[in-house]
Amino acid sequence: MKTLTIPTFLKGEPPVLKKVLAGIGAGALLFGLTACGGGDGEGGADEGLVVGFAQVGAESAWRTANSTSVQDAAAADDRIAELKFVDAQQEQERQISAIRDFITQQVDVIVLAPVVETGWTDVLQEAEDAGIPVILADRGIEAADEDLYTTRLGSDFVAEGRSAGEWAVQTFADDADGTKILELQGTTGSAPANDRNAGFFEVLDAEGLNYELVDSQSGNFTAEEGKAVMETFITTHALDGIDLLYAHNDEMGLGAIQAIEEAGFKPGEDIQIIIVDGSKAGFQAGVDGKLNYIVECNPVFGEQLMDVVVQVANGDDVEKFTPVEEGVFDATQFEAELPNRQF
Amino acid sequence: MSEAPATGGKRPNPYAKRLMWPVLVLAALIAVNIAVTGFDFIVPEVNDGRLGGAFVNILRRSAPLLLIALGMTLVIATKGIDLSVGAVYAIGAAIACQMIIGAEDQTATGLVLGAVALALAVTAAIGAWNGVMVAHFGVQPIVATLILMIAGRGIAQLVTGGQIPKVQDASPFTELGRGELLTVPVPIWIAALVLAALALLTRRTALGMLLESVGGNPEASRLAGIRAKGITVLVYLVCALCAGLAGLIGAANLGSADANNGGLWIELDAILAVVIGGTALLGGRFFLLGTTIGVVIIGTLEDTIINVGLSSQWQFTAKAIVVFIVALLQSPGFRAWVLKPFKRRPAPAPAEEAMSK
Repeated sequence: MKTLTIPTFLKGEPPVLKKVLAGIGAGALLFGLTACGGGDGEGGADEGLVVGFAQVGAESAWRTANSTSVQDAAAADDRIAELKFVDAQQEQERQISAIRDFITQQVDVIVLAPVVETGWTDVLQEAEDAGIPVILADRGIEAADEDLYTTRLGSDFVAEGRSAGEWAVQTFADDADGTKILELQGTTGSAPANDRNAGFFEVLDAEGLNYELVDSQSGNFTAEEGKAVMETFITTHALDGIDLLYAHNDEMGLGAIQAIEEAGFKPGEDIQIIIVDGSKAGFQAGVDGKLNYIVECNPVFGEQLMDVVVQVANGDDVEKFTPVEEGVFDATQFEAELPNRQF
Repeated sequence: MSEAPATGGKRPNPYAKRLMWPVLVLAALIAVNIAVTGFDFIVPEVNDGRLGGAFVNILRRSAPLLLIALGMTLVIATKGIDLSVGAVYAIGAAIACQMIIGAEDQTATGLVLGAVALALAVTAAIGAWNGVMVAHFGVQPIVATLILMIAGRGIAQLVTGGQIPKVQDASPFTELGRGELLTVPVPIWIAALVLAALALLTRRTALGMLLESVGGNPEASRLAGIRAKGITVLVYLVCALCAGLAGLIGAANLGSADANNGGLWIELDAILAVVIGGTALLGGRFFLLGTTIGVVIIGTLEDTIINVGLSSQWQFTAKAIVVFIVALLQSPGFRAWVLKPFKRRPAPAPAEEAMSK
């Protein structure tokens, strides 16, 4: 199985050497194929599994912590021979071509953290036709493609949205004139943006909170856009009557906090703020009193993921969805939790 | 302005005509915003000795794009294009932030100046390399700069080690993006100074004419004794320097450098702004003021979408529609076609038409 890695480091070699190596690689590929066919994967399992991981990118501290966790867990795990890691820089096209590369390289298991929910049917069908199981990590895909992956390990974004909603209902239950809410959504069309929105308003509606959603725009999960959108919110709606800002992740929330401070308001007091994620920077802002509630989205699930990868490769029965353990933190818990943060 | 007749009495005329359509579109966008949110949109307000308000915010946020678009205008004037500016933005931001967070005392002025100087020096070197590839090795501009567009963000990631370095709020570096001088935000100062400097350099010296000449016909320029290669290298250097400066402002505004998202797709917005401003991609004539208006149109548009209450999904479509309108308005053929039914042709018109053929 290890021989299959040769084509990846061919890139950048001089042409002549490339051809020679390509020849060796092709030979090795054939050998690898026959070995697999004869031994029914048993030979491969002795050396460990080759796993392809198509990561979203490195768009946030959360994501880098997630990548590090998965890479460290794979390196430390004897059952995993190699982790092929691809950073898709938040583009679905790159992930699709990465998956096609994984199929060509005949990896044992493909792990995908999809950038968006839709458009995966064709490439996942190709993986299934090649007999390679697909595990979704972190984000999900649309329900119509449910048969095309084995299991999803990740955060329950709807539950995260619900947790945020429950805190909002408790905090603003006595607000007589109605709770005015601003929302900073994640990347349009992404699962965490859709689900965190749905879970939040599901609880608000179910509990009958008297609220008004003043505005809701995408900040694309980045500090830059979160800050820019918040600045426009402030000039358009003014902050005086606004009670709550719900930001779908840390970076956008921290960008928005800057915008609120620069406009001469006190984040956390003049406007209450909920963020999802819970990075060090987010908890630090909480300790400084600049935000009020953090719903954790735990990125450190590398070891849990490796267990699932091995189970799937062995053909064990796995649940369609395995949630990652996650907590919620209010102002009284920020300081105690800060040292435990890994990202 | 008093010197205008010296450069030929007729010169300002086509220039003003070129600017008319983008100005009209910008005025229409501002009118829409005023209609929705009131005059507060355009009237600046002062918060804590700092100019604010919706339109000032738009100008402040547009500063990085303006810097890049101005550099891009010069490059396009030489019949070139620079796709690497977004990546150079990320590299500039990454170098400065990484150097500052690596130091013990992030508030030291010398450290910040050093970080800014290093970032600008590296980005200038990158620009010079782009220019040498184009001018001396004859690589097509789109190819030469595409290489760095793809590889540049990787370089920025190597600089930051894949993390997002966060500079302390107390560091004077953040003043570049958040500070103010005489109540006007620093980014607006920087962009205005660069605009003024480039306008003076190109309109009050022969440099502008040389640029247009190189873009119009490089071979004829060379035969006329113009050092076309040197000028080409210079414009790519200036363009990358502008991009690096834009990256510094962006990073200072957030206090962090995001190698993946900082300045993402800004090259396309910059090219759009240049085109909206009336500079043809074919090279030759260029309009720095037109580019500036193009940048403000793009910046205002993003706010308009929120103000009008459209959802985020509309962002790209709305941008496309506005660019489409500007492009159509700028096309003489389209204007003639639209106005045809309304034009009552005076008697001598057919003769004029015949003459022009």
